[in-house]
Amino acid sequence: MLTKRIIACLDVDDGRVVKGVQFVNLRDAGDPAECATAHARDGADEIVLLDITATSDKRNTMLDVVRRTARCLFIPFTVGGGIRGLSDAEAVFAAGADKIAINSAAVKDSSLIGKIAARFGSQAVVVAIDARRVSGGFEVFVAGGRTPTGRDAILWAREAAACGAGEIMLTSMDRDGTQAGFDCELTQLVADAVSIPVIASGGAGSAQDFIDVFRNGSADAALAASIFHFGIEDIGQLKRELQAANVPMRWPC
Amino acid sequence: MIGSKTIAIVDYGAGNLNSVKKAFDYLGAEVVVTTQPEAVAAADKIVLPGVGHFSALGGLDNTGLRDAVLEGASAGKPFLGICLGMQWLFEGSDEAPELAGAGIFAGRCRQFPSSVKSPHVGWNSLAIREGSRLLHNVASDSFVYYTHSFQSPVVAATTAATEYGGRFSAVVEQENIFGVQFHPEKSWTVGLLILKNFCGV
Repeated sequence: MLTKRIIACLDVDDGRVVKGVQFVNLRDAGDPAECATAHARDGADEIVLLDITATSDKRNTMLDVVRRTARCLFIPFTVGGGIRGLSDAEAVFAAGADKIAINSAAVKDSSLIGKIAARFGSQAVVVAIDARRVSGGFEVFVAGGRTPTGRDAILWAREAAACGAGEIMLTSMDRDGTQAGFDCELTQLVADAVSIPVIASGGAGSAQDFIDVFRNGSADAALAASIFHFGIEDIGQLKRELQAANVPMRWPC
Repeated sequence: MIGSKTIAIVDYGAGNLNSVKKAFDYLGAEVVVTTQPEAVAAADKIVLPGVGHFSALGGLDNTGLRDAVLEGASAGKPFLGICLGMQWLFEGSDEAPELAGAGIFAGRCRQFPSSVKSPHVGWNSLAIREGSRLLHNVASDSFVYYTHSFQSPVVAATTAATEYGGRFSAVVEQENIFGVQFHPEKSWTVGLLILKNFCGV
């Protein structure tokens, strides 16, 4: 049966990993291509490379990272961060990404979703949504989850799906970095609202958090960056615990 | 360099050729990505990739590639269809009813039942029939990566099936014709083994 996916996210700043699993015995723990491949060997189902480089003139560095990663990584990888339009997306696909993630650019102009999907297929377009709890529901935030948009997150997810998004990557900005667990309520609301896969993000701290978001949030996939600092040794251990809790997992792999 | 046979990866305008090429490069196979029917005719093996909408396969018809591919296949050249490339081997797809497939296998590609989410995205397992050449040394229940909204029916040539709202054809093989619904170039070591097996047929 279809398994739930564990997605490892690497934040990349100017071509170097700044957040993610800390490795031993890696020649270069800061090299995204090496880190991505190591994650795949450990059992990650997919990789997300998020470009958090502040200045836009470093895009070529990221494209080089994508090219090098594509040469040796044979699991799906998604590239996000700073993709503003179709030509940005084209460059990232040409460099070897399987999927791209767009966030603020899609909120600004939802027709971008359909434009990229028409060229590359819906399966290649992930719409990333950063949401915070507000009274009455959940609000969409952009610019790294800091700027409120006044838009309802559930309605935006529905619109993004209707525009041709292949998946929703949903980050709870309240939970992000807290290791206090994913926001299962938010995840369930979005999972109920769309018929495309939902990737939960923000708050992972333990295997139980993953069990909860799959069981109580109906997430199809869950993403984590630095949880492996906090009591989980590696992806294999995480997957074994999830399997023991009867969550369908690709393990061993 | 494994084998000395040239593999032509057919570029008919449906994306994601690069990943397929990179996987074959990694295996040391001799590959050429081509839009030219002559290059397909000159190659020893043919790979037909494809992601997105079934109508993208119309790109084969506009370019002379359809004939080159069919001629190569009927001449006994090993042929591997990936994702849309496998669906093309059937009579057609409900996704684009006006477009005829190659008709090598009977039946049409259909949507998944409403009981499951669509598209089918992620890692799912293979129930493998004995005697598969493409899946030689692949353990039963191995996981492979899928991303598709339409499924091919199980037929006599099906050598592996996957369960998602019912069983569908994961792998078909008949003499020199092979098709995989999943993406071997995205399926880690299992996928690379399958591509290596194709290099060896």
